[in-house]
Amino acid sequence: MKRIVTLWLLILAITGLGGCGYNTLQSQDESIKAAWGEVLNQYQRRADLVPNLVNTVKGFAAQEKDVLLGVTNARAKVGGIQATPELVNDPAAFSKFVAAQGEMTSALSRLLVVTENYPQLKSDANFRDLQAQLEGTENRITVARQRYIRAVQEYNITVRSFPSNLTAMLFGHKVKPSFTVDNEQTIAKPPAVDFSKPGPAQNK
Amino acid sequence: MTFLTRAGAVAALLFVSLFALAEDRPIPPLTGRVVDETATLTAEQKRTLEAKLQAFEQRKGSQVAVLITGTTFPEPIESYSIRVADAWKIGRKGISDGILMVVAKSDRVMRIEVGYGLEGAVPDAMARRLIDEVFIPGFREGNFYEGLDAGVDRMIKVIDGEPLPEVSQSNAGRGDPRSIESYFVLFIVATLALGGLLRRLLGRLPAALVVGAGIGFLAWLIVAPILVALLVGVVALVVTLLGGGMPGGIGGGGLGGGGFGGGGFGGGGGFSGGGGGFGGGGASGRW
Repeated sequence: MKRIVTLWLLILAITGLGGCGYNTLQSQDESIKAAWGEVLNQYQRRADLVPNLVNTVKGFAAQEKDVLLGVTNARAKVGGIQATPELVNDPAAFSKFVAAQGEMTSALSRLLVVTENYPQLKSDANFRDLQAQLEGTENRITVARQRYIRAVQEYNITVRSFPSNLTAMLFGHKVKPSFTVDNEQTIAKPPAVDFSKPGPAQNK
Repeated sequence: MTFLTRAGAVAALLFVSLFALAEDRPIPPLTGRVVDETATLTAEQKRTLEAKLQAFEQRKGSQVAVLITGTTFPEPIESYSIRVADAWKIGRKGISDGILMVVAKSDRVMRIEVGYGLEGAVPDAMARRLIDEVFIPGFREGNFYEGLDAGVDRMIKVIDGEPLPEVSQSNAGRGDPRSIESYFVLFIVATLALGGLLRRLLGRLPAALVVGAGIGFLAWLIVAPILVALLVGVVALVVTLLGGGMPGGIGGGGLGGGGFGGGGFGGGGGFSGGGGGFGGGGASGRW
């Protein structure tokens, strides 16, 4: 009888180890890393498109210096930030990175709005392909960001709820930063959406 | 008081309906390769398209699905179609060679959602060109079937140009078989059989130890996590240790019933996604 009791205690101890959330924390941490990697990957993909896009637009609309310069500067700024996987562990660097990418987004959408005034550019096959790629990439960024937000949410819940919060504290797992709603809204819109709005097109 | 309760009820109702409004549009069930919520296609046209897509899957392995819906309001089509793609999981698991075409008729917009594995074969610019040059000219005249048919033909040609892994004969993507649940029955049977035998040969405690260790090791071999394996081993040990009280009893009764419930086989004629992944690649276009 005593032996059986000991055995049950042993079983309890082992299942209890699974219940402390250590493994959950580890696997959720990993999935955040993967989701963040995808976000970086897609932002990089967008940055890689920029030089080509700027050159193509320049060929037809060289007089749009301000807008073109805005994109080039934003590109330089984005390129200047070391986009490492460790960024997710540093809220300050994270928000700086997000701000730079947001600037890039608005610079690009300004560029696309301006191109509306150049029918020749718009009918250029090369430009149309680039535009499709840019739209696709913006959409991929949106998807990657949403997946990252979801992964961080799951992880943060684990870090904060009992009893896994004790484990998290013990092993130094902290709540991770995520994209906030307001910049989510500005960035979630692919630039194509702006085409239907005549407003910003006036400020040439 | 009753007024208060009623007011409370009304407020609650308002709250709930507000939430219902804010909630995303539900995702239609994947009833076939062509899901037509708007009854745009005749049964005959739908069958023809489905037969074409099915033949293509059998030949090439890629899954292509079409969804015709009225509107995606309040979401933009991009966010709706990625949710549908995530839910349907078309394309083979690990290869992700699925294509989803969503047509929102009243919104006059369509989107091609491209699985990870086909982003090389169907880059965004290609998807955009297909939409602009093949699908939409038909749609603009109201000829949805013609547009879809021509578009599907072109899409098949485009994917055909991409070398993809062969179609496997065994039904791939039936869910991950290397999970502890699917081996559960095996462990129970092995524990009971081994336990019964060894208990007679070695006595209770040694038998329990041997069975526990053996089953634990087996679990570790098959299912990676050592903690789970350890747990399985301990359970096996306990079952053997206690099992003596009711000789053969567990063995006789326990197995017959539930066990193999598994259930989820896609059914012969039906269509189910193979587990492909999507990352938002593709293009949209209006008409």
